[in-house]
Amino acid sequence: MLRRSATRSASKSKRDSRSGKGGVWYPRWFWPSFAAPGFAWLGVFFVLPFYVVLSIAFGTVDPIFRSALPVYEPWYWTGVHFSDTFAKIFGANAFFQPAILRTLLYVVAASLLCLVIGYAVAYYVARYGGRRKALLLVLLISPFWISYLMRMLAWVNLLQDQGYVNDILRFLHLISAPVPWLEGKSITVILGLVYGYIPYMILPLYAFLDRIDQSLLEAGRDLGASPVQTFLRVTLPLSKPAILAGMVIVSLPMFGDYYTNNLLSNSPKTTMFGNIIDDAVGSTGRGPEAAVLVVILMVFLIVPMIYYMRSTARSVSAE
Amino acid sequence: MSAAIAPGATRAETNELSSGRFRGWLKDPWRKPRFLEAITWAYLAWSLVPVLIAIMISFNAGRSRSALQGLSFRWWWVDPTDSLWHDPDLHDAIFQTLRLSIATMLIAVPLGVLFAVGLDRWRGRVATGANFLMLLSFVMPEIIIGIAMFFVLTYLLKFVLLGTTAQLIGLITYQISYPVIIVRARLLSIGKEYEEAAMDLGASPTQAIRRVLLPLLYPAILVSFALVFADSIDDFVTVRYLSGPASSEPLAVKIYNSSRGSPTPAINAAVTLMLILTLTAITIGFLVYRKLTKGQRGTAIDFASQI
Repeated sequence: MLRRSATRSASKSKRDSRSGKGGVWYPRWFWPSFAAPGFAWLGVFFVLPFYVVLSIAFGTVDPIFRSALPVYEPWYWTGVHFSDTFAKIFGANAFFQPAILRTLLYVVAASLLCLVIGYAVAYYVARYGGRRKALLLVLLISPFWISYLMRMLAWVNLLQDQGYVNDILRFLHLISAPVPWLEGKSITVILGLVYGYIPYMILPLYAFLDRIDQSLLEAGRDLGASPVQTFLRVTLPLSKPAILAGMVIVSLPMFGDYYTNNLLSNSPKTTMFGNIIDDAVGSTGRGPEAAVLVVILMVFLIVPMIYYMRSTARSVSAE
Repeated sequence: MSAAIAPGATRAETNELSSGRFRGWLKDPWRKPRFLEAITWAYLAWSLVPVLIAIMISFNAGRSRSALQGLSFRWWWVDPTDSLWHDPDLHDAIFQTLRLSIATMLIAVPLGVLFAVGLDRWRGRVATGANFLMLLSFVMPEIIIGIAMFFVLTYLLKFVLLGTTAQLIGLITYQISYPVIIVRARLLSIGKEYEEAAMDLGASPTQAIRRVLLPLLYPAILVSFALVFADSIDDFVTVRYLSGPASSEPLAVKIYNSSRGSPTPAINAAVTLMLILTLTAITIGFLVYRKLTKGQRGTAIDFASQI
């Protein structure tokens, strides 16, 4: 802060690199030039691609080849593709609708499961980790080092008809014939999502719970609250921001997830929004539809994305 | 409070109150909570045991991908046609993975470090915009980035053919925000005093950055290298949309494409190899990190928590 005011007061004197009060004068281009290459990169390969997505989504179709014809001038944009896609979502023949409702259901169920399990684990490690805290933390972090693909494949191995899960269940006489876990079971997909994303929930929760001032809890106890009351009225309200952040962190990628579903189910019975987009991109002639769905997904996720951005920004700058 | 810290006392209390555990826990939350402990260990087993089994199956002597039929290196390199090393597709994919990850790391990290320093100091409306873009690329679901990139390269910038260059551009765009965020967090904890001191002693701004700030940033830069490398190895979402001919597919994409139908444990060997590459990167990172931060306490946890 001090630097900023000093810079401003000194910016008039040209080459003088010292202003009297210990502040240092930098040329105007000095700091921007550091950011310029990365900024330019994002401009060309991050902003421009979204403009192209919009141009395809609001564009037309090539009359001969039936392929997407992007329109780069916003004043010529049309809503043809949007009305086509909306008809598939809301219209009489709305065959995207079940997938969208299913996505909401799966994401809510999986996020809540992540929260319940994740909170218990984070709470235990933060409060009672004791001497084993370092070991527990390494174990909690280790899923980040294992690729998502490998973690899903591990379950593909286990859940096969002759896999260990069916073996164990049969050994315990819980089932008589092998259950086809990988053939379009909602429970498999939801648990797969939980399994995939729960590490992202636990770490922020842990970091937050670990920082809670113990004296606050002691104060609660001293004032006569029972342990449960202390938890419900001190710890839980305090951790609300961390809970919200964790929910956002795990649900954002879940909304765009198609691979968990493809790997663990690969059946139309469990199709999610991500699968619709992925299928549309992969098939010829459905480019505009994919672009429209991407725009819809972005608009839908804009609020949680901004929330996540703000909480990230707070962790990297003092302002 | 103290009981939670002193393990001896805790254990004695636990033995005393072993009946009616839950009610006992309600009465005295500072004693060891068996219930939470059980959940934690069950969670850890659930999260790690399947992966260990997958690694074990990569050493399967038989063809089964679900049950172990003896141990061998058959699917790693012994089998002359179907093993990870001898299957020509998988063999090429290993090198494509290494090429992409190393190139991504070497480009994205320097770009990101400079970006971080610039964003940390640069004020004004344009800087706010740059910061916004960086954060947006950080939180954007990967499928959106991958598809947007696919569209721009197939409709507008057609001179970039799908394949290695396209994959590289996609990976760098997706990864660039990680070094920025790691380095900025470090910049925040360093503060500006060291640089100011250097300049008071006569260093120019450039010298202060090169000889004071940069060495202070080494640990964060190192963590960024390890993280970007490890993340690029595992990436298949962005890369899959930007893959051209099958020969340009890295290991992760090959695995994704054949995971359901794959007939042999060679696929398990492939994911295990990816894990080994990641762990190697992290171990090297950690050893250098420890050297750089010699004399500071808790380095292992610091390093792990940043990765």
